[in-house]
Amino acid sequence: MSSSDLQAPTGTTITAAGAAAVSKKPFAWRQIVDHVVLIAGSLFMLIPVLMAFMTSSHSDITVHTNGLQMTFGGHLAENYHEAMLVPGGFTKTVDGMRMLMNSFILGIGFSVGKIIISMLAAYAIVYFQFRFATLAFWAIFTTLLLPLEVRILPSYEIVQGMGLVNTYTGLIVPLIASATGTFFFRQFFKSVPNELIEAARIDGAGPVKFFIDILVPLSKTMIAAIFIIMFVFGWNQYLWPTIMTTDESFFTLVRGIKQILNVFIGSQIPEYGQAMALAIVAMVPPVLVVVIFQSWFVKGLVESDK
Amino acid sequence: MIKSQFKSPLFPYLLLLPQLSIVVIFFYWPAAEAIRSSFYLEDPFGFSSTFVGLDNFRDMVSRSDYVATAEFTIIFSVIVTLFSLAIALLLAVTADRVLRGASTYKTLLMWVYAIAPPVAALIGIMMFDTLVGPIARFFQALGWNYQLGTNRFDTAFAMIVISIWKQVPVNFIFFLSGLQGIPKSVQEAAAIDCASSTRRFWTITFPLLAPTGFFLLIINITYSLFDTFGIIDVVLKGEPGNNPVTLVYKVFLDGFRGNDLGGSSAQSVILMILVLILTVFQFRLIERRVHYN
Amino acid sequence: MAKVVIDNVRKVYPNGTEALSPSSLNIEDGEFIVLVGPSGCGKSTLLRMIAGLEDITEGSISIGERVVNTLDPAERDIAMVFQNYALYPHMSVYKNMAYGLKNRGMPKADIDTAVQKAAKLLHIEEFLNRKPSQLSGGQRQRVAMGRAIVRDPALFLFDEPLSNLDAKLRNQMRIEIRKLQRELGVTSIYVTHDQIEAMTMADRIAVLNTGKIEQIGTPAQIYHTPASIFVASFMGAPPMNILNGHYNGNGGLEIKDLGHVAVDHKLEVTGDIQVGIRPENVEIHRKEEPHTIPIKVDFLEELGAGRLLHTTIGSTPFIAHLDNEHQIDGETVFAHLPAKALHLFDASTGRRV
Repeated sequence: MSSSDLQAPTGTTITAAGAAAVSKKPFAWRQIVDHVVLIAGSLFMLIPVLMAFMTSSHSDITVHTNGLQMTFGGHLAENYHEAMLVPGGFTKTVDGMRMLMNSFILGIGFSVGKIIISMLAAYAIVYFQFRFATLAFWAIFTTLLLPLEVRILPSYEIVQGMGLVNTYTGLIVPLIASATGTFFFRQFFKSVPNELIEAARIDGAGPVKFFIDILVPLSKTMIAAIFIIMFVFGWNQYLWPTIMTTDESFFTLVRGIKQILNVFIGSQIPEYGQAMALAIVAMVPPVLVVVIFQSWFVKGLVESDK
Repeated sequence: MIKSQFKSPLFPYLLLLPQLSIVVIFFYWPAAEAIRSSFYLEDPFGFSSTFVGLDNFRDMVSRSDYVATAEFTIIFSVIVTLFSLAIALLLAVTADRVLRGASTYKTLLMWVYAIAPPVAALIGIMMFDTLVGPIARFFQALGWNYQLGTNRFDTAFAMIVISIWKQVPVNFIFFLSGLQGIPKSVQEAAAIDCASSTRRFWTITFPLLAPTGFFLLIINITYSLFDTFGIIDVVLKGEPGNNPVTLVYKVFLDGFRGNDLGGSSAQSVILMILVLILTVFQFRLIERRVHYN
Repeated sequence: MAKVVIDNVRKVYPNGTEALSPSSLNIEDGEFIVLVGPSGCGKSTLLRMIAGLEDITEGSISIGERVVNTLDPAERDIAMVFQNYALYPHMSVYKNMAYGLKNRGMPKADIDTAVQKAAKLLHIEEFLNRKPSQLSGGQRQRVAMGRAIVRDPALFLFDEPLSNLDAKLRNQMRIEIRKLQRELGVTSIYVTHDQIEAMTMADRIAVLNTGKIEQIGTPAQIYHTPASIFVASFMGAPPMNILNGHYNGNGGLEIKDLGHVAVDHKLEVTGDIQVGIRPENVEIHRKEEPHTIPIKVDFLEELGAGRLLHTTIGSTPFIAHLDNEHQIDGETVFAHLPAKALHLFDASTGRRV
């Protein structure tokens, strides 16, 4: 085997510098190919959104005649003002700000509710000895089996029967029914060393004290990670808000997409700029959260497995 | 070792109460209701329902539109799953290899995860719009008379591309973390044992990545079956017309638009069984993943 | 300060396995007791029952004058040092030490006095504001000790506290723990699988095997008069040599593959027995002398302070310890097994005879 064969995958050479020089040329080529692939991938992800943003800065007539835009236009403020502050829709009572607020209520309400409820349930399952522990475990984890989509119609009827259509409760609480959060916290609690609870018991901490003083502070990173995942998940909900909210004052931005679509049907020149402005506003908060808290987000996503 | 546990007669039930009550009311009740009504025929006004046994199921499979939908769903799922996995794997392997700008690439390739499927679809239908969309214009310039919304194939094409675009980031994140989970010492041992980097990838890295791959396969099938609802609904602008839809979309259509409660429920039950099978697979894989670690 | 009485304590897990068969042990006030044995011998189970972390299936445990069977761990007036230290990772060293006192409702000023005092004793004053993750293994060990000391308990429990430290630190901490315990005079129960720790630290040792206490005694008693083959071979490094033999009833002891050895006292059993001898008691000669047996040198292991001679007798490995001045050359040497250094065990029960 020649010494240039000992090329480590990271590009560091194990052998002497002379051998490295020999293999330098093909190596540089491979690096260039790598970067080309990655840049192409990044552009594939970036360009559609960039185009949407650029288009949101042009007048509808420009777009209608010249297609989507890749440069910055002069109608940015106008389009966003119209999208966010001028009431639209069928009833002309809701503006983008209202939908933005509703999206935050859904995203935060869902994630906070889910974290609290699933932490309590996971705490009971992992740290307590009680008769129906196994039954409770399966009752909760079976919910991982069936996504909302396949039980959507009866779910709607039940929530409607409870008079929860067009309420925040009806919007948020049924979404919490799945066990993803509980599963996640159960896994994490099980990884907490056994000796900690024993030390705490010797230190005189009962179930409540142990939870508040030890377990919750220990779970801080996990809570942050799951919050990010759940916030994005809640914010991006579409099907449930679509059937649960008919009153436009409860529309979220993502739900409002359907209303945006109506401007494409029938009207003479569609309001492209406004539509793209709303799409951008609808994606900015979750994208920011994911990008800023990237490491927590990745950790939460990979460790929760779903 | 057995986890050292608290003993308290009432407290654990108190802790479980919120989750259990939500699960019972919003999960078990509707699921049971779906199964029950799949055996009943309800008149369109909801005044009465009659027990019809398996008639709804028989009806369903004998209807040509259901069979066509099932066929399209399979094609759609296979294409979306394969392409989003392959693209993500290529990008993850490359991103794991580069030294310069690795974290920038990582961010650029994963942020789309945060975009809601219907929002992605809204941007998508603009890109594919017959009149203003640059992609449609590009195809038209090539001589392909691309017509979003009117041509079945063209609409399906847009649905598939948007679904892949939205799913690549998730797969990328998992593949990359799987790659980074392979111990450095293993990679170094491989570098000493095997000269060709391509061979190294297929004989060392790829097998070690297989558990992640299997797991993602299930995730992606679930995604293309269920989570693409928002994309399809927006691409079709809520009016399917002549265009293809997936099974989940048909449950929604027949139940909410067609008022065919029994038929819609029967379709739900079929999907439930499908998810059940997928989940059993998934649990097995998670167990295996644990062994790998 | 308290006596501890363990009276016929038994542990059976819900799945039916018996982790500890009925065992009794009286621990004097201020005594340092080491429970030693291989993993799964029941030593940790016993310790955890004393701590109140496991239920007691049968029997009773009292600390001081109180029977503690049904008391919560926090009510037993004990402190425990864990194998992985079990420090609360999100709390500073100070808060780790203060947490138990705070839960007892001790006034802030008193907590501070107690923590400062313990910190001084353990030389960790400068770390009080750090998190456990910022400390080295040895420092964490001290904090774990500190957390136990501040409680001023009637009884210290140690669950293999040194097994996560490197060899050098372990020797050092061994001495420190023992000195500290003498100073404080608190009754202590210490669990380990390391027989050196047991020998060096204990006032008395209890050797456990398969859920039973095999022997209780001072380190010297355990070493010089092991009550069973298990104790004989578990305690001591290198372990005692065990050979098969036969006793014919009137002073004649025949060791398999070795020949006849004279025994001065009359034994109570006749028939097959097992014969043990510690490596340092084997006498090695270069030339044949009366009552010696020729053995082949397989291999010499250099220890610095002496050497170990490895050989096999029949098919049994056999080790002899040689002093430094003991020169040997050639492949065959002559071993003498002094009768007074032999340990004799019943071949069927494994008990000393």
